[in-house]
Formats: sequence, structure tokens, C-alpha cells
Amino acid sequence: MKNRLKVLRAERDMTQADLAQELEVSRQTINAIEKGKFDPSLPLAFKMSTLFKLPIEEIFDNSASE
Amino acid sequence: MKNKCISEPQKKSTKRLMLWTLLWVVSLSVSTFGPKFIWNENTTISLIAIIINTGLGAGMIWANVKHFTVLDELQKKIQLDAMGIALGIGIVGGLSYSTLDIANVITKDAEIGFLVMLISVSYIIATIIGKKRYA
Repeated sequence: MKNRLKVLRAERDMTQADLAQELEVSRQTINAIEKGKFDPSLPLAFKMSTLFKLPIEEIFDNSASE
Repeated sequence: MKNKCISEPQKKSTKRLMLWTLLWVVSLSVSTFGPKFIWNENTTISLIAIIINTGLGAGMIWANVKHFTVLDELQKKIQLDAMGIALGIGIVGGLSYSTLDIANVITKDAEIGFLVMLISVSYIIATIIGKKRYA
């Protein structure tokens, strides 16, 4: 699934490691999500939504899989 | 820079799992070779060694279950995929190996050690492939 995680992270001047620490996951997980190789669970998506103060649909783009 | 790929709870859990695994492997070696080389086939000592080995094996399983709880969702997926592949290869490969023995295609008896090795190697390879896939 496409997402804006890399852009949102860059806007906040965060590294993958910083974001991983905030979300309590590994850096590999953040990297895999950014590259669209792995789709996060709903709880993790909500954590991202809370962290970036954005609705989930503004972080993830589900149009490709519809 | 400090490596944040592995969290402190994960490090602690990995060390605990390594310790239990080491204890189990050592006790397995003692149980296997002890009767012949240490206590001269004494059945009581053999039984005690096997009970200790089984207990340490239970501890290792518990440590593995606890280890799973500290992994994040991608790490869990990688481990689950690897376990599924290892289990599948173990069952299919193990039964094929057993059938080779029953049909007398192979001259030696089928050994359980071969199955353990097959599962272990396929689990390690599947884990490496999983980690590479999501790298």
C-alpha cells in the first residue's frame, strides 16, 4: 500500500530510527512500510495517525488496491 | 550512534532465550552421551538426566513464547512465515525420508537427528530470506 510516511517523517525532521522509537517498532518495520513492502496493522496505523495528527486516509493511499 | 533496531526488551529476551537454549543443548548432550561415557548405563541417573533435559526444554519453549511477545508485527510475520516453511519442509521431508527407509531405498535407518537438522536449516534460511525481503 502506498503511503506518505517518508514525506511526513521528513517534514518533521525525523529519522527512521526516531519514528521507530516513537511507534515502538523496529527501524526495519518503518523502512518496509515506507517502501510499501509491508502494510501495518490497524493499531499501528492509528498510532501513526495520532503521532502525525492526521486521519489514516491522509497517510495511506488505498486507491491502488481498490 | 546507538543501534535502535533492537530494543532493550528484545535484547533481554534474546539473551534469556539463548541461555535456555544453551542449557537445553548441554543437558541433551549429557543425556545422550552420559550413559556411555560418564555414568556407565545407570538407568536411574539416565532417567534423572532425561527429566532435567525435558524440564529445560519446557523452559526453552516458555522463553521462546515470551520472546515472541517483544517482537514487533513485522518481526512476528517474518518468524511466523519461517516457522510455517520449516514445519512444512519438516513434515514433507521427514515423511519422505521415513518412506525411503520403509521402502529400503536407503541402507541406513532413518534418524530423528536428520529431521531436526532439516527443520533447523530450513528455519534459518527462511528467516534470512524473510529479513532480506523486507529490508
